[in-house]
Amino acid sequence: MRPFIEIENLKYVYPSFIPPHAGGQRGGGGQIVALRGVNLTIEQGEFVALIGPNGSGKSTLARHLNALLLPTAGAVWIDGLRTSDAHNVWAVRQKVGMVFQNPDNQIVATTVEEDVAFGPENMGLPADEIRHRVDDALAAVGLLDYRQYPPQMLSGGQKQLVAIAGALAARPSCIVFDEPTSMLDPVGRRQVLDTIRRLNAEEGITVLLITHSMSEAAMAQRVLVMEAGRMVMDGPPAIVFERGARLRALGLDLPPIVDIAQRLQAWGLPLPQGVLTVQDMVDALC
Amino acid sequence: MSALPIGMYVPGNSILHRLDPRVKMGATLVLMMIPFAVHGLWGYVALSTFVVTAVLLSGVPLGALLRTLRTVFWIAFLMFFLYLFTTPGEPLLALGSIAITRQGLLAAVAQIYRLCLLVTVASLLTFTTSPIHLTHGLEAMLSPLERARLPVRELAMVLTIALRFVPTLQEEIDKIAKAQRARGADFRTGGPLRRARNLVPIFVPIFVSAFRRADELATAMDARGFRSALHRTRMRKLRLGSLDLLATLIVMGLVLTVIWLG
Ligand SMILES: Nc1ncnc2c1ncn2[C@@H]1O[C@H](COP(=O)(O)OP(=O)(O)OP(=O)(O)O)[C@@H](O)[C@H]1O
Ligand SMILES: [Mg+2]
Repeated sequence: MRPFIEIENLKYVYPSFIPPHAGGQRGGGGQIVALRGVNLTIEQGEFVALIGPNGSGKSTLARHLNALLLPTAGAVWIDGLRTSDAHNVWAVRQKVGMVFQNPDNQIVATTVEEDVAFGPENMGLPADEIRHRVDDALAAVGLLDYRQYPPQMLSGGQKQLVAIAGALAARPSCIVFDEPTSMLDPVGRRQVLDTIRRLNAEEGITVLLITHSMSEAAMAQRVLVMEAGRMVMDGPPAIVFERGARLRALGLDLPPIVDIAQRLQAWGLPLPQGVLTVQDMVDALC
Repeated sequence: MSALPIGMYVPGNSILHRLDPRVKMGATLVLMMIPFAVHGLWGYVALSTFVVTAVLLSGVPLGALLRTLRTVFWIAFLMFFLYLFTTPGEPLLALGSIAITRQGLLAAVAQIYRLCLLVTVASLLTFTTSPIHLTHGLEAMLSPLERARLPVRELAMVLTIALRFVPTLQEEIDKIAKAQRARGADFRTGGPLRRARNLVPIFVPIFVSAFRRADELATAMDARGFRSALHRTRMRKLRLGSLDLLATLIVMGLVLTVIWLG
């Protein structure tokens, strides 16, 4: 069987608009080369984290996964559908949902349930089916009691859960999260991360989590590292974090607990490999 | 909080809350026009009884209603004296060259009454109808115009998004205003020109952020499979019930009574 996501030698050049942030890799004629030949496959059900410095092309890559952007060169297949075929666009967007950074800027309706209904309404489903999906999606993120709430009465974390429910209501196989927690307080962050983990573990949803937090990346089964439009590392978190010096050179810090473990090992303490969480550390030491 | 002479939705489950938005909007239009058909005292009594009953049934806090009425106070004040002093007729009281006439007094009172009724009825609609129902009702009522190629569904979508972002932008304006005040900005003193100039540091960031929001929202809508509104279906279907039929009959009854009373 083919992998769920297949990316082959993907290149993407932004036309010379003003970039939202500096640090671009400028090509000729003021164009910005954001992706310089990315190859990647992700299987159905995987939990993958994507890290990299600002402007390395993470969001650009993410936007190729549901045909928001189409390759300048190379190709992207989602569940065997090539995203650059115009007639695949709607199927691809149904299969891959997206949740963005700012919870305020992705809610379109004036109540929670109306917002969650937006995706299924776009799919042209009958009213009963939409209602059914909205209820399921709200139950999956634990917001059934808030269905009638206006978004401004929710916390940041809850708004982000609404956005997740909105993606779920389309019944996707995969959800791409582009820095979903970076605008949240610690409580909201916990809520959102717990929900992401649960959706992956219980519903079998493929997760691609873009993040600047190494502790979040440590939650994944597999960590991808991008630099300047290229994929420079790909492996389980324990293996990727072993290359601490290389990561630090990219401006990426290790998760504190991994950092401590590595320093202790350097001092000669016989710790096992692959300490990723405080619990791992406790198990190793006691 | 809102500076508009209409109210913000007050959640509830009153009879008025449960009416179909189309019925409510139709009744509101009728009630806004009906005062022009009223001339005698009994007509005003019938109309007032109806409106007061509706207000009581709605369960809307009277304080909230009075606050919206207060927003038109100065207009009412001006109108009152305009009609009082400029209507010719049989003088009641003469102050030098200007005279207050019987007709003037009656016209002034009638104008105030109409204005208050207008505001009350409009507020009653917005107090008891959620933004979704309001836009949905509007969409349904305007849908015949789709034949005339008016993009009614798109307009309803735009209206929903606008309503969705009012509180968000309001919050943001407050936040920026506070930040600027903390740095010594002054929005209260000085002439109108100076005050307008002092608002620039608030509105420039608001505009910049509004454009960024719009851009991100458009991306999020694309990601959720939004295409033209013609492909869409709706989760919520408006259905007329027996309550709606009853309300329609009552409003029609009121219209006939008022016309009959003259
Ligand atoms: N709309 C755009 N127009 C032009 N250039 C863009 C646009 N969006 C991104 N870029 C440029 O493309 C490159 C990759 O940007 P991208 O947003 O994919 O990076 P990122 O890894 O997501 O960064 P961050 O961590 O800051 O979110 C950057 O150089 C950026 O300046
Ligand atoms: Mg990004």
